[in-house]
Amino acid sequence: MGNLVNKFLPNVVANWEGDNGFVTAIWQTLYMTFVSALFAGIIGILLGILLVVTADDGITPHKAFYTCLDKLVNLFRSIPFIILLAVIGPFTKLIVGQTIGPTGALVPLVIGTAPFFARQVQLALVEVDHGVIEAAEAIGLSPIKIIFRVYLKEGLPELIRSGTLTIISLIGLTAMAGAVGGGGLGNMAISVGYQRFENDVTIVSMLFILVLVFVIQGIGDFAVRKLEH
Amino acid sequence: MAEQNGIIQLKDIDVTFANEGKTIEAVKDVSINVNKGDVFGVIGYSGAGKSTLVRVINLLQKPTAGSVIVNNQNLTELSPKDLRKARRNIGMIFQHFNLMNSLTVYGNVDFPLRDSGLSKAERKEKIDKLLNIVGLADRAKNYPSQLSGGQKQRVAIARALANDPEILISDEATSALDPKTTTEILNLLGSLNEKLGITIVIITHEMDAIKQICNRVAVMEDGQLIEEGSLLSIFGNPKEQLTKDFVNTSTHIGSVLDEIRDSGIVDKLSGRLIELNYIGDSTNEPIVVELYKRFKVEANILFSNIERLQNTTVGIMLFALTGDDQDVENAIQYLNSLKVNVKEVTLSKKEGE
Repeated sequence: MGNLVNKFLPNVVANWEGDNGFVTAIWQTLYMTFVSALFAGIIGILLGILLVVTADDGITPHKAFYTCLDKLVNLFRSIPFIILLAVIGPFTKLIVGQTIGPTGALVPLVIGTAPFFARQVQLALVEVDHGVIEAAEAIGLSPIKIIFRVYLKEGLPELIRSGTLTIISLIGLTAMAGAVGGGGLGNMAISVGYQRFENDVTIVSMLFILVLVFVIQGIGDFAVRKLEH
Repeated sequence: MAEQNGIIQLKDIDVTFANEGKTIEAVKDVSINVNKGDVFGVIGYSGAGKSTLVRVINLLQKPTAGSVIVNNQNLTELSPKDLRKARRNIGMIFQHFNLMNSLTVYGNVDFPLRDSGLSKAERKEKIDKLLNIVGLADRAKNYPSQLSGGQKQRVAIARALANDPEILISDEATSALDPKTTTEILNLLGSLNEKLGITIVIITHEMDAIKQICNRVAVMEDGQLIEEGSLLSIFGNPKEQLTKDFVNTSTHIGSVLDEIRDSGIVDKLSGRLIELNYIGDSTNEPIVVELYKRFKVEANILFSNIERLQNTTVGIMLFALTGDDQDVENAIQYLNSLKVNVKEVTLSKKEGE
């Protein structure tokens, strides 16, 4: 077994440990994915809820606020991620003190993902039956309670679905961020595998990312199945 | 005095919607007064504004003008917080049930109780009691998706009753249900009115639903209240054309008249067609026999419908009177002297003949 691995994946073995090795790269990818998912998740849910409740048919309509937020979300969604990475460099430095490495990638990842997720959250929550919202209003629930007890509760399966989708697209972004100095499996695949013609490294990097995607999709699907009645 | 002290008083309610420059008047200058213990029915076709009107009662719909006084409280003047408190006294059920799909039957009934300040044990006791009332005690752990429409509406009723409201609003609550289930749900509402003394406002487009449980009826058309009165007066003596249409669809007299005309029976009929409406005891007199005995007039019964509304008999009868012209005239005069509404029906013969 060990021989086989040595024979077919020599560069993977050579690059397994150490600061620039696979183990580090995997951790970096997981770190970038989940830390930015956490922040983008919080921001996205917040913005998504605001979009839903301030819309014309929302529970606390506010036309001006809705229009501004709606435009802002669209604006940030329109910037190609690779350009965003470069453009917000100074801002990134301000927030996390560095622009390279996994931590430096967090800020653009969050900013690149949050608007996308906000839109997903909005779509998920708008799907919640308006009649149930009305029933909750008739029962005498305050808007904040309606958000927590109705929107987030009834919309949870759909939120998890969009969360899964967002994390998976986020993994794609971490690979891109990695390629321009963020580290992680993307960096491994490009700056080691591709540029040094060590194809086995590229392929194994890709396989790790695929495994990560499948695991996340699996967990998401399982959670949705458990929650839907 | 009772007129001024209704538990629900809507005064001069206007509701207008602005839609892309056009204004739509959904409710125009409607006032209603519902007394405690009433089962008040609002009937009208879709788009008549009845749904908008009942939503004004708990201010789910804010009126453009007018005042909403529930339990001597002017709801339009309350702060959002006080309004939410007032709403707990007004239960509401909907056409599409509007249950939380993510909660069990138990959870749905518990939903309005979470802020009630009751302990968990007290809440359980209350929920069990409510589920018993609506006959779903064995379904507590099911999710709404596992229930039939009628069962979902029962859950919704239990939820609406959770905060012991004095008023229950039913917004087309039986419109999505089959006739048998409709009857069961209406019976349930009727028994809640009797046992708990809860005031009920139901809106519907089905006269049969009104007939089954209401004691007072309002008829709406085009955003306006066109007729209002006790069930018996609306049924026995409808004034507006729309009201007559609703009563006719319910008693089937309209379709019978159409049938008589279209089938050609009218061509074979001799004598004069008389429609009788009667309420109460006059029905017990054997009218047909009496007509023959007194006037030698034969009454050929074409249609007859008798029903019990609020323990009072309401009947409708259609017959052709044949006999000597003068005798028939006398017979009609005799009918007029009884406590019945007599109406002579003239059916035009089929067109083109």
